[in-house]
Amino acid sequence: MNEKVTKATRHTNQNEGLIFEKSSPGKRAFDLAPLDVPDADVATELGGFHRRDGIQDFPEVSEIEVIRHFTRLSTWNYAIDLGMYPLGSCTMKYNPRVNEHVARLAGLATEHPCQPQDLSQGCLKILSLLEKCLLEITGMDAITLQPAAGAQGELTGLLLIRAYHQKNGNPRKRVLIPDSAHGTNPATAVIAGYEVENIKSNADGQVDIEILRQKVTGDVAALMLTNPSTLGIFEQQIPEIAGILHAKGALLYMDGANMNALAGITRPGDLGVDVMHLNLHKTFSTPHGGGGPGAGPVAMKKILAPFLPVPVLVKKGDGKLGLDYFRKETIGKVKAFGGNFGVLLRALAYILAYGPGVRQATEDAVTNANYIRKQLEGVFDLPYTRPSMHEVVFSDAIQKRNGVNTMDIAKRLIDYGFHPYTTAFPLIVPGALMIEPTESESKEECDFFISAMKAIADEAENAPEVVKTAPHTTRIRRLDEVAAARKPVLRWKPEAKRSGAAG
Amino acid sequence: MSYPTNFRYTKDHEWIDVKGDVATIGITDYAQSELGDVVFVELPAVGTALTTGKTFSSVESVKAVSEIYAPASGEVVEANTTLQTKPETINSDPHGAGWLVKVKLANLAEVTALMDAAAYEAFIEQKKKEASA
Amino acid sequence: MRYLPKSPAERQEMLAAIGVKSVDELFASIPEQYRLRKPLNLPGPLSETEVIQYFQERAGENSLGYASFLGAGVYSHLRSVVTDALLQRGEFLTSYTPYQAEITQGTLQAIFEFQTLMCQLTGQEVANASMYDGSTATTEAVLMAERITGKHRVLVARSLHPEYRDVLRTYARNSGLSVEEISFAESGGVDLAKLKASLTDDVCAVVVQSPNFFGSLENLGSLAEATHSVGALLVVAVTEALSLAVVKPPSEADIVAMEGQSFGLPPSYGGPFVGVVASREKYVRQMPGRLAGQTVDQDGKRGFVLTLATREQHIRREKATSNICTNQALCALAATIHLSLLGKEGIRELAEQNLAKARFALAALQRIPGVKRTFTAPFFNEFAIELPRSVRMVNSELLQSKIIGPYVLGSAYPELTKHALVCVTETTTREQIETFASALRTALERPL
Repeated sequence: MNEKVTKATRHTNQNEGLIFEKSSPGKRAFDLAPLDVPDADVATELGGFHRRDGIQDFPEVSEIEVIRHFTRLSTWNYAIDLGMYPLGSCTMKYNPRVNEHVARLAGLATEHPCQPQDLSQGCLKILSLLEKCLLEITGMDAITLQPAAGAQGELTGLLLIRAYHQKNGNPRKRVLIPDSAHGTNPATAVIAGYEVENIKSNADGQVDIEILRQKVTGDVAALMLTNPSTLGIFEQQIPEIAGILHAKGALLYMDGANMNALAGITRPGDLGVDVMHLNLHKTFSTPHGGGGPGAGPVAMKKILAPFLPVPVLVKKGDGKLGLDYFRKETIGKVKAFGGNFGVLLRALAYILAYGPGVRQATEDAVTNANYIRKQLEGVFDLPYTRPSMHEVVFSDAIQKRNGVNTMDIAKRLIDYGFHPYTTAFPLIVPGALMIEPTESESKEECDFFISAMKAIADEAENAPEVVKTAPHTTRIRRLDEVAAARKPVLRWKPEAKRSGAAG
Repeated sequence: MSYPTNFRYTKDHEWIDVKGDVATIGITDYAQSELGDVVFVELPAVGTALTTGKTFSSVESVKAVSEIYAPASGEVVEANTTLQTKPETINSDPHGAGWLVKVKLANLAEVTALMDAAAYEAFIEQKKKEASA
Repeated sequence: MRYLPKSPAERQEMLAAIGVKSVDELFASIPEQYRLRKPLNLPGPLSETEVIQYFQERAGENSLGYASFLGAGVYSHLRSVVTDALLQRGEFLTSYTPYQAEITQGTLQAIFEFQTLMCQLTGQEVANASMYDGSTATTEAVLMAERITGKHRVLVARSLHPEYRDVLRTYARNSGLSVEEISFAESGGVDLAKLKASLTDDVCAVVVQSPNFFGSLENLGSLAEATHSVGALLVVAVTEALSLAVVKPPSEADIVAMEGQSFGLPPSYGGPFVGVVASREKYVRQMPGRLAGQTVDQDGKRGFVLTLATREQHIRREKATSNICTNQALCALAATIHLSLLGKEGIRELAEQNLAKARFALAALQRIPGVKRTFTAPFFNEFAIELPRSVRMVNSELLQSKIIGPYVLGSAYPELTKHALVCVTETTTREQIETFASALRTALERPL
């Protein structure tokens, strides 16, 4: 371990079993207030439906055990509150605490989606203001807040595109997707009923215009483009790309995962994008929570507005806000009960805190990424040299000469007190190191990160074994993923032997 | 590992070994080493028709899935069910016990057109050169 | 700005280190004419106090102070303060998806516990780490059945939640899946005769809900038998998961699609909630969503990892079992904590309280002249009633007594105008029930 690197933490080492292993009949963590109505005879009321023996093996623990159990578990996690996540395309920025406070207010957390609209004006105003703000940021005409995450936003976008083409007489067959795209893009296109055609990137990691020109026929519904690309590079020819598509009646879908490079600086709507999704749990600071919940609003040009999912937020004749369910050409619903309101509310709180100053966040994010790129150029191989925006992609080509790959470097970064960057993505860079520092990182934190990466590069050169066998300082070391996949054990069972386990 | 001289090989790293009008098909040592530890194998049912160049099986590692393409046409007469409980056999014995299916061939000529062991070994040497370039 | 950790001097230092004079140069790759020269027209910036004030004002414009008898797939249940105390720990709240298992064992073990609890509740062998909600879980369960059977027709009970059916239709429209509805019988359950008449061997799935949208419990045994006789799979949706504490679990189902919102998640005007897909082990490779699996590290210590990832979009891309990436992990954690707090006895007592309160309410309502229970099947905490006049009119009168009346069934079921869906949970007080009953009586006595 290189002691000159001052930010190095050891991870906590408390062991804790499963909640079921602490369970013992008769322990309880919860008391209910007594019933204020007469008891019911459950067995008689439910008859043959009655679950007489209760839920077998459900935990029985006390309140302090619940607190200790989950507190201990939490100490095994890395988190933004602890330090930087240099994860490319994830935009792991600070999750403001005031957002958590307002999401829990009585009168907001308590509201039922089916309650009278007249008694929901507060909620509807929040949704309406968020819509306005997101339209301003994206430069689009209409928006839906219904999709629950980015992938669902992508599906909604493609369904809108499909409905548009269908109305024009031909739903078309194919969606073009760059080979640098996130996996949700092709997976979603298939669910929307389209064939996926991959488009190779050119030597600069951008969409190859000539190849695009050949591939866009009357059979192509859309191109799904991430901008900046997953290499962190702005697709300079995006207006031309839009032109080529529009000339053949096809549409341009933008995956908005990398909006953190654009907010306040440029607007996708101005660039020729027809429809896009946003990831509120990325650009708009809503917490990742270990994997969700998120929200994936979809913004669009007015040509797609007739097909919006229902209900659509509208202003009524009496000046109040309402939900319009009667839209003849709607694609329907992608999720019950509207969007993830609690997440949408947090995103609005974030936008209100910044106001027009959201541009500063974007500038800081791009500054951080370029600062890191400058310091690590030459230390790590940089396969695509065009200017980086909010993220930079290196490769492990230099370290590979000593048998050290991106996964090893990522694991060693853990020993230096960081979460790894994104490894092995995008697919067009073999051995990729995708680094996105976000605007939430101070110069100090960036410098720590840089010195850690330099130390690891040094180790890869002079002591490769320590990198290849990392991490060394965590409570749990590299896990046997092969065994987990060959003989999956996906739940706890009370018996000593589990089905499928190798003894 | 050496590549058996009586096998034929495809550019997608399948091997095929003909005995009479029944052929055994598997993936090569190069393929299994690229894939890593095999965790799961999806095999076609007996009686399934194989079409040259179309996928008929898939082999999974923890982080990747490889589609397996039919080197020749025919009908599946046997599938290697031991791979269901011991998928790692593909790693340890890719040219032997790690076979995938046995097929009754439709057209023997399809096999003789494939690469022989020497040609395949040259092919993968070239691939390795390209990868480290 | 308080969220940005840079001083002006530091910004200058960093730009100098990069080799540019101004930050504008870093955006040179964006064509000039598309770079904004004016600030965006956005409200703010607001201080923390002002942000709170904005949302408090909005909170005062909703339904605070009203009693509600709405259920219909979203349920008001108790939440312990312990849940938020734990959920708000930064190591849970601000942590990423557990792809790097060594430093996310907290999340992974909690997911493993969640999967276990879901299996225990539903009587199924394996459960995933969450889907967006019950409606998308139900849709994904149908797509899973389609993959497993290779067939493309699905029969859906009309007593499945209307919005769940809407979502399924949206997804099905482009996938070659044909969706048909089977109506309900007088009892309130699926019309078995109509189902049998429609069951042919090109059906991949039969989808029912229990307790169904009307609150009635379905006879899953006979539904499963009919479904399996043509080689189709039975998908059972559960929207009120608390019912499983006292109602037999849907073990006859091949796939269960559950909404877990009742476990520690507030109604929050529609989300975020937490969906689950649970099924048999033999179908696990066709399951959508993430799965946490138990394994050991190189020192032999037990640990947990995301596993069977080759089903998912980031590896399988266009052949993935689903396009889902971000799911509802923090909501699943809330449910895990909530269920650990309730425990085996607590959840049973809570469910029994719901049962008792709902029956008290039903009895009180049935004493009102003209009010009748719609269906006869056993129920948990929701039931349908028929009124002698328009439910909408009655509900607008109830508002004057600060009561949000029951769900207007006519809005989703034209054959059930004049019927309303009443939900009563442990959070509804006796006083509120009695006020509701007397206000309803008054509303019905008023001349037309």
